[in-house]
Amino acid sequence: MARNTARPVSPHLTHYRWGPHMLVSILHRITGAGAAIAGGILLVWWLAAAASGPEPYATYVKVATNPWMLIIWVPLSWGVIQHTLSGLRHLVMDIGAGFELNANRTFAVATLVGSVLLTALLWLYLLGVI
Amino acid sequence: METPLGAVRGLGSAREGARNWWHERLSSIATLLLSIWLLVSLLRLPSLDYAIVAEWLSSIVNASAMLLFVAGTFWHIRLGMQVVIEDYVHEEGSKTFLLLLLNFAVAVALAVAVVALLKLAVGGSAA
Repeated sequence: MARNTARPVSPHLTHYRWGPHMLVSILHRITGAGAAIAGGILLVWWLAAAASGPEPYATYVKVATNPWMLIIWVPLSWGVIQHTLSGLRHLVMDIGAGFELNANRTFAVATLVGSVLLTALLWLYLLGVI
Repeated sequence: METPLGAVRGLGSAREGARNWWHERLSSIATLLLSIWLLVSLLRLPSLDYAIVAEWLSSIVNASAMLLFVAGTFWHIRLGMQVVIEDYVHEEGSKTFLLLLLNFAVAVALAVAVVALLKLAVGGSAA
């Protein structure tokens, strides 16, 4: 039987049509957990290395600037930016705003577009392109 | 409604959800402001070489802001990861283990970061 897609769907995981708001919601948790682990380790190690002297610091720099570390740094920077933007979206929703279907969808898409653009901008700047 | 047996077994609401929720928001705003400071500061440093970073973190203002950034970030990490673990790990043993691991990891990270920052701010050169 043909389903009228304009009608609300049954509130069950496998029956929901995936939308940007669902993607952004789960990405908020994935990026938060990922950034917490990877970023937490890199931050504390950086501070400990700086406090321990030039040689430990040089070891940190050697590891952190290894080209392979871009596999960590680029997703980490995107994750922090995505988590920040969708966190701002959550703060707006916490005051009871932005729940209208179109506004909610637009904000969700905006965090995705914004995080990719800002990550690209950051890395173009860091790599000296702009 | 919580039965006495449920209370004994630790089932049902721990009645701490609202406080966790509110502190998560507080720490998110604090961390957001401090991370803007951190990003701008790092981009303005001539380089991230040892001498420059050590000099930068020897200033009382910078060391204090970095300490607040670290404290706010790990406070937020602790609250957020606790919610993620509680939502997705249902097996009692694994959940308890992961929550313990989270709390110990955050405590260790905070201790190392705070001692490192104090050493940089107070202690002079480590070399």
